[in-house]
Amino acid sequence: MLLIPCPYCGPRPELEFTYAGEANISRPAEPESLSDEQWAAYLYQRTNPRGMHAERWRHVHGCGRYFNASRDTLSDQFQFSWKPGESPP
Amino acid sequence: MQRFSALALARNALSGQTGWQRQWRSPDPAKRYNAIIIGGGGHGLATAFHLARDHGMRNIAVLEKSWIGGGNTGRNTTIIRSNYLFNASSSLYDHAVKLWENLSQTLNYNVMFSQRGVLMLAHNVHDEQVFKRHVHANRLNGVDNEWLTAAQAKAFCPPLRIDAGMRYPVLGAALQRRAGVARHDAVAWGYARAADALGVDIVENCAATSIVRDRQGAVEAVETTRGRIATAKIGVVAAGNTSVIMGMAGLRMPLESFPLQALVSEPVKPVLPCIVMSNTIHAYISQSDKGELVIGAGTDAYISYSQRGALHVSTHTLEAICELFPQFRRMRMLRNWGGIVDVTPDRSPIIAKTSVPGLYVNCGWGTGGFKATPGSGHLFAWTMAKDEPHPINAPFTLERFRDGFLIDEAAAAAVSH
Ligand SMILES: Cc1cc2nc3c(=O)[nH]c(=O)nc-3n(C[C@H](O)[C@H](O)[C@H](O)COP(=O)(O)OP(=O)(O)OC[C@H]3O[C@@H](n4cnc5c(N)ncnc54)[C@H](O)[C@@H]3O)c2cc1C
Ligand SMILES: [Zn+2]
Repeated sequence: MLLIPCPYCGPRPELEFTYAGEANISRPAEPESLSDEQWAAYLYQRTNPRGMHAERWRHVHGCGRYFNASRDTLSDQFQFSWKPGESPP
Repeated sequence: MQRFSALALARNALSGQTGWQRQWRSPDPAKRYNAIIIGGGGHGLATAFHLARDHGMRNIAVLEKSWIGGGNTGRNTTIIRSNYLFNASSSLYDHAVKLWENLSQTLNYNVMFSQRGVLMLAHNVHDEQVFKRHVHANRLNGVDNEWLTAAQAKAFCPPLRIDAGMRYPVLGAALQRRAGVARHDAVAWGYARAADALGVDIVENCAATSIVRDRQGAVEAVETTRGRIATAKIGVVAAGNTSVIMGMAGLRMPLESFPLQALVSEPVKPVLPCIVMSNTIHAYISQSDKGELVIGAGTDAYISYSQRGALHVSTHTLEAICELFPQFRRMRMLRNWGGIVDVTPDRSPIIAKTSVPGLYVNCGWGTGGFKATPGSGHLFAWTMAKDEPHPINAPFTLERFRDGFLIDEAAAAAVSH
């Protein structure tokens, strides 16, 4: 089980969180201007790196808030986490 | 190739088992191949076998970064079945089951395919309706599947608990009798040996590190940890590492890689005659011919390449197993491991050409591709040789995500296996 650093509450066990996928994917501002390729890329394509991954978590059984974190997908170790709207340290 | 037979066994028994040969060569990679398969799991080895046998292709290599069958092929719980909901899926998986039925003969290698049947348990009204829908859909497609009451399920699988006091009582089950299990390593080894006999070079300890493209963008070579190898056709069959390899050709994939776990118990005498699966309480179990209970747990919540899973995930499954089979509570678990599975948004595989000329991909089998190994190899070899899909894998393209033709087995299968 991971020990996840919530930027609001500090390190907490994984069971308190839900994973919310790759970070920095925002819904296109004008969906109607997108081609099918671009829309499919937004919906389905993911970086899925073997190494550092910027991802989102939600502390559902804690403060309830979403935040961003970077984690090494080979060792599962967190590098750091940061609040939405802030830039990574 | 030295063929296996009763006579060969007897002869070697008399000569002290000293007459057996190596089952496949261990060649250094050549400078150029007509086709290169990246990934020496069951699917990659089967692809090479079919390219050589069915399409007469020569000068083929399979590149494996560590040892063949060391990926998900050697880590899975070997459940083989074809009771998928949608027409495209049931024909894909049933194509494979038909090939499994003769695989030991085809390869002259005992893959220990044992059609002992799979019971998929229903615990609530919703399960019951969904499974009956599966039964009907499968039968319309000529795929065997039948509905059993709880008492009939217990008659088929006597150790199963069905009493009403259970937290999630068993209301009935769908039974596919043609479903079964096989020996995972033997599948990799059998294909390796048969492909090698047809001249395929199986190159272990050789990781692809980049894909080189010519001015038109077509595939030209693979850079590996054992040097550069020229080729005009590359088939990527790398399960959890597919995104990484496709990234070498500049392609982003609709895939995420998750750890999936399995466990085996200490070996005991035969106690469990079939495979039992429960989507609702998330458990699946069978007994290997060695006697171990083989138990599959779920995936972790987050992407990872760590090849191990969290303890709370396997605990969750063991609790469900103990509820279904209270007599297994005192069994000790011997080993627990994880494999990295490549999951698509619709939980269906991709067996297809790509936008890069000469680059083909066979991936997205996620938590359930072992069952498809022979069919996957056959269809992918066809696609690579003819540069167009076979009718059975024609729906399983990359473009389906753009065009909205998803094959949504996520809702239909809903359990990892
Ligand atoms: C715990 C677990 C239980 C499962 N249970 C079932 C089940 O009951 N039934 C079922 O049908 N399926 C099951 N599956 C899924 C099944 O194992 C896979 O879908 C299937 O084995 C995939 O086969 P493959 O040959 O594509 O992949 P693999 O066997 O993983 O082969 C891919 C190979 O590519 C190699 N590779 C990766 N990167 C490179 C590189 N850069 N260069 C060279 N080689 C590379 C890897 O080392 C690996 O050997 C399970 C999986 C797991 C992990
Ligand atoms: Zn918090």
